[in-house]
Amino acid sequence: MGGYIVRRIAYGALVLLGVNLATFFLFFTVNTPDDMARLNIGGKRVNQEVIDKWKAERGYDKPLYFNDAEQGTHKITDTIFWERSVSLFALDFGRSDAESAGDIGHEVATRMWVSLQLALPLFVLQLIASTAFALLLALFRHTRLDFWGVVACVLMLSISSLFYIIVGQYFFSRVLKLAPISGYVSGWDVIKFLVLPIGLSLVARLGGEARLYRAMFLEELGKDYVRTARAKGLSEIVVLYRHVLRNAMIPIITSAGSYLPYVFLGSLVFESFFGLPGLGAYVIEAITKQDFAVVRTMVFLGSLLYIVSYILIDVAYTWVDPRVRLA
Amino acid sequence: MPRFVLLWTDAAMWLMALAMAVYVLLVLRRPGLRANWKRVFADAPALASAVVLALCLGITLLDSLHYRPLLPPAAGSEGSAPAYDTRTRSVLDALLSRLVDSREATYSRPLSYVGFTKESVEVDGEVQRVAPRLKFGGAHLQDPATQWVGDLAWRSAVGLLLGGILAAVLSAALLALVAWRGKRPWREGVAAAWRGEDAIPWRVACLTLGAIGLFVGPVALLAGHYHVFGTDVTGNDVLYQTLKSIRTAFVIGTLATVATLPLAVGLGILAGYLRGWVDEVIQYLYTVLSSVPNVLLIAACVLMVQVFIDQNPEAFETGAERADVKLFLLCAVLGLTGWAGLCRLLRAETLKLRELEYVQAAQAFGVPGARIMRRHIFPNVAHLMLIVTVLDFSSLILYEAVLSYVGVGVDPSMNSFGGMINLARSEMSRDPVVWWSFAAAFGFMVTLVLAANLFADGVRDAFDPRARVFRPRPGLKKAAS
Repeated sequence: MGGYIVRRIAYGALVLLGVNLATFFLFFTVNTPDDMARLNIGGKRVNQEVIDKWKAERGYDKPLYFNDAEQGTHKITDTIFWERSVSLFALDFGRSDAESAGDIGHEVATRMWVSLQLALPLFVLQLIASTAFALLLALFRHTRLDFWGVVACVLMLSISSLFYIIVGQYFFSRVLKLAPISGYVSGWDVIKFLVLPIGLSLVARLGGEARLYRAMFLEELGKDYVRTARAKGLSEIVVLYRHVLRNAMIPIITSAGSYLPYVFLGSLVFESFFGLPGLGAYVIEAITKQDFAVVRTMVFLGSLLYIVSYILIDVAYTWVDPRVRLA
Repeated sequence: MPRFVLLWTDAAMWLMALAMAVYVLLVLRRPGLRANWKRVFADAPALASAVVLALCLGITLLDSLHYRPLLPPAAGSEGSAPAYDTRTRSVLDALLSRLVDSREATYSRPLSYVGFTKESVEVDGEVQRVAPRLKFGGAHLQDPATQWVGDLAWRSAVGLLLGGILAAVLSAALLALVAWRGKRPWREGVAAAWRGEDAIPWRVACLTLGAIGLFVGPVALLAGHYHVFGTDVTGNDVLYQTLKSIRTAFVIGTLATVATLPLAVGLGILAGYLRGWVDEVIQYLYTVLSSVPNVLLIAACVLMVQVFIDQNPEAFETGAERADVKLFLLCAVLGLTGWAGLCRLLRAETLKLRELEYVQAAQAFGVPGARIMRRHIFPNVAHLMLIVTVLDFSSLILYEAVLSYVGVGVDPSMNSFGGMINLARSEMSRDPVVWWSFAAAFGFMVTLVLAANLFADGVRDAFDPRARVFRPRPGLKKAAS
């Protein structure tokens, strides 16, 4: 297993390099550092002197990929690509493009915890809620409860998450005044700010996931070992919980694991709607301000988390299913 | 003569409609495909959804014929080149010209005859705060306080009646067509189709038509003199905005999924068939692509598109053209970033297919690889293509709303559900609440997405031979035990 993980990590590094190269190349084919400077400085004060100062401050005054003026390895290392893109591998994010904003690394380090506070409980509760609802439907399969449950799921997954947020904020915060509309404090008081986004996010994703998990359970229920278990005289509950649930865990882990990157990155929409200063809100700010340094950093972090999560999912397989061997 | 304007998305939508017509002809000629589609329509929710989607498609196509009206020649400029309006209009705009022209000052409640915000008006020498009469909504009423309810009731009743009659006529025509195709005597055929003796539950289609008729009738009649869903902050009719948003949703849903196809199908089949280093490279490409969080990738690409558009403002003659190019490029970006999933699926399927006897036989006969991929592999993975395309349609419509919120969606000047929801966010925090714009966007969007989802489920169940149908069927357990 050790060898397998090392190989996966090496491939992941290669993929990350590809991600960096692609975003970098795409951006600088339509944009020159001068354009970026003009966009970010804005206003009337734009002249070549200011632009050069802006570029020098952020290290954009070098050639893009190759520096012919330098010697040896400096030909590659003394370039924008190396200093602003490859440096991400050392988790050195540099300074943001925007005039006022500061060090990206500092922002990421503080905002990460906010995102984690929102996303980690959400991830766990989501898994529990969706699995429980799906199990309920599977237990009462082909009855009226199942039918209307699936109808509700399809209806719920047809509603945009933005509707849940707007209606939820209006109903729970403005009409019932149960929770604050938005905001954030540090310490334990944060719970009252997190309840609503977590609850609404749970509801928003429940429909799609419960329907998917229900199909997975029913798929397992049709297999031979279930018949054997029933023939042994086990009750339906025991069959479902001890046999079917364990076997259905593999597809469920794959499906839930794809949300793992967002446990750290946070939910873009939920964070910005509820005024939580997490990474998701940071990304939205960067996008509206067209701050490419931040977007590039977040793209890098996102892919890093994606690759790490998939390695974690593979490891989780061996834990859930002893038959799986990683080689 | 007005000058016709062919926008990029118009051309794409009409090409798509043409492709769909060709596909329908193909389906009619191929018994296998026909049987599969029959299975799709045998599913009652899918059939009802198809009727709704067809209506939306009709609206989209009407809204995809653009022109710039000819302006009346200015005095003293006879004989010079004709001048055209700078605003681009569509055929739908022309049909709904009443809604376009009846612009109020600001918010007004649905079906209201007075404005939402009170104004200071001098009445008999005293300044009073009253809600002013609307310029268009209910303007035909002499004494609104007494006539309003009666007028609404009268118009709704007539609308219901007319809508019902229209739906009944359409349904009768549909049933008659079915009876005629079944080569049965008239009355017997129609009765059989209605009772559901066919494989396809025609009655469901008729009932859906009826429901649509009963909704459209009163709305159409009331829209002549009222703002059925109210007006927004700049006084524009909300009903008109929702109808325009349907096109945006449809364009994104169809164009963006179709844009994924060339890369996904081409690379997927190549990787699966050729294996070796080609496979490695393609796998690397889609791993890179799918490892970037989707919203971020799209945001990064759209930012670049935005920069390009900002740097070339002279390339677009009108605002509508610029917004349209942006929408088109957004679809292209969604396509270029979204092909990884389907590609992975097709590669796996091709890996399986290439070991089958008929492919090996073709290889043994010396058929070139390109031809094998085209003639033997492609037709056998086409159903996956169809299923994924249809499934993606609804999720893209939902996605548009999120992207518009993030600020990388369609141009703000273009009507879209995402844009409406975005505005609704601040409207819902007003006091009193401005809810109608939000409610209208909600109603139409849920209907559209629900229809797309149900239709996609029908297509998946019919086309995927391995998909186990896990539809809940109450009573099945009873029958089994």
